[in-house]
Amino acid sequence: MALLFVSALAMAFSFSTGKTNESEYVAIRGAKKDSVASVKAFQKVYSVLMSPRCMNCHPIGDVPLQGEDSHLHQMMPQRGKDGKGLYAMKCTNCHQPENTPGLHMPPGHPDWHLPPANMKMVFEGKTAHELAKQLIDPNQNGHKDLKKLIEHADDGLVKTGWNPGQGLKKPPLSHKEFKKAWIEWIEKGAYAPAP
Amino acid sequence: MIKLTINGKEHNLDADPEMPLLWAIRDMTGLTGTKFGCGVAQCGACMVHLDGDAVRSCVTKVKRAVGKHIITIEGLSQNNNHPVQQAWAEIDVPQCGYCHSGQIMAAVVLLRDNPNPTDADIDVAMAGNICRCGTYLRIRKAIHNAAELQQKTLK
Repeated sequence: MALLFVSALAMAFSFSTGKTNESEYVAIRGAKKDSVASVKAFQKVYSVLMSPRCMNCHPIGDVPLQGEDSHLHQMMPQRGKDGKGLYAMKCTNCHQPENTPGLHMPPGHPDWHLPPANMKMVFEGKTAHELAKQLIDPNQNGHKDLKKLIEHADDGLVKTGWNPGQGLKKPPLSHKEFKKAWIEWIEKGAYAPAP
Repeated sequence: MIKLTINGKEHNLDADPEMPLLWAIRDMTGLTGTKFGCGVAQCGACMVHLDGDAVRSCVTKVKRAVGKHIITIEGLSQNNNHPVQQAWAEIDVPQCGYCHSGQIMAAVVLLRDNPNPTDADIDVAMAGNICRCGTYLRIRKAIHNAAELQQKTLK
């Protein structure tokens, strides 16, 4: 199997499994670099990241997506510089700190936002190869090193994907399964699937 | 009892913290300028300012507003003379008028953040405020006039 090892990864970080804090996440004990296992884990990660609950807020344009078919958000709210919207169209003007009950009501989180304009962290339209490379590049992932990247699996807004608004589907894996695959992908070398 | 600060005045209300802020504003303090439109954060008629953000009070719970400054259409100015209100009157923007409290509250936030908006800026900013009478062109014109008025006032 043709695999692309993201060589910058090893050079950019001095990450090792021994430094991980198990109270914060599930470490894969004794993980060694394993390109086949890493890529296999990433395919699971990719299925989650490309699900509407994740991808809808990582659009290719500056308007978020909505619904199971990932259509453009009604009212065309714009990303804005900080990813929190513009003028009277800020995300949290409708999206409350928690889900608003009812079908088609705004789902919620206190920090509802898109990635900022200067680092859009686009998922929409990315192949597994492209997304894997993007995710481990600090210049494209919100300046996260591998430890921060692992911790990001437990970010509040990320976990909101598993607490969707009424009538919306959860990602294809449970959060526990996703987190296990996420960490396995990273700890086994963060290999990108072949283009 | 829950304490809310609305238009600079403190109100002690026997309100459920889970209740929509709109009910507290309209039914408990009698400030009926803010309107109920859709009840599902889709139309913008219920817009009020919460620490300067144009929130939709139909889906904003009372508990979110505790400790914050709420401004309704009644509190926008002392004598209905905010530049946006003046421009609205000058252009005679409303037809039925039902949505215009929300329209004005949205326009005020736009002009605070962008004192000289283009048509495109206005379209982006006002896209969440629906007008069934279709007064959009007059709204846009009034916002441009308000921008001029606001700049004259500041000089």
